[in-house]
Amino acid sequence: MWEQQVAFWILAVGMAVAAIGVVRTKNIVHAALSLVVVLAGAAAQYILLAAEFVAWAQVLIYIGAVVILFLFGIMLTRAPMRDDSSRLDNDQRWAAAAVALLVFGVLVALVVDAFGGQEIRFGAELVAQGRTQAIGTDLFRVFVVPFEVVSMLLLAALVGAVVLARKD
Amino acid sequence: MQLNQFLVLSAFLFGTGIYGVLARRNGVLVLMSVELMLNAVNINLIAFSAFNRNVGGQVFALFVIAIAAAEVGVGLAIVLLIYRNLRSPDLDEVDQLKG
Repeated sequence: MWEQQVAFWILAVGMAVAAIGVVRTKNIVHAALSLVVVLAGAAAQYILLAAEFVAWAQVLIYIGAVVILFLFGIMLTRAPMRDDSSRLDNDQRWAAAAVALLVFGVLVALVVDAFGGQEIRFGAELVAQGRTQAIGTDLFRVFVVPFEVVSMLLLAALVGAVVLARKD
Repeated sequence: MQLNQFLVLSAFLFGTGIYGVLARRNGVLVLMSVELMLNAVNINLIAFSAFNRNVGGQVFALFVIAIAAAEVGVGLAIVLLIYRNLRSPDLDEVDQLKG
């Protein structure tokens, strides 16, 4: 059990540092690269929780597609690649920090109050639940209508993005 | 492992995402902060899926990932449009409704 704890804390600290990097760095490309660290850390946390299919979906879709899209966005909007803090942040920084701290504090208080001391039990049963077969069965038996709705939504988003970004 | 440690990590990511959405001016960076918040939600879903021994949480996390990809596509198209019309990706410049 202690190995999992060590892995969790290493990943958690790395993710926290990288998340602060995403919102505080002065270089927009570094923000995208810090985002990769957070997303990869989240994928590793999913593996710790025995959700292997979701972990690999996270790697493929987020790190593979979404981050590339962000880099395209940075490139196409001709964002300054050099350090340039005055243009990246607005002047409501302290109010934003206060709101973020408030939300974090309330969430932690609620979570500790509601789930303090509850353990996640690991075992063969949990590993079997995360297998691709189990997820596929559930996805196409119980959640087949939402699945089709999501595919329609992806199509609509695709067409919408093309229509919006087209030049004419 | 405690359920709490995952929930607190996710709360931290959510708070950082809120800070980024409120304090960043560049549209692409705002979208990145939204991704942080969506990931916080996903960690919660997977942790509760393991806690309750219910695979539904993982399926829901997959839906969130798919919708996040769609959202980034449309969001970046909008930021690109703002850039093309105003010559700047800064969301502060979008103030035509100001009296």
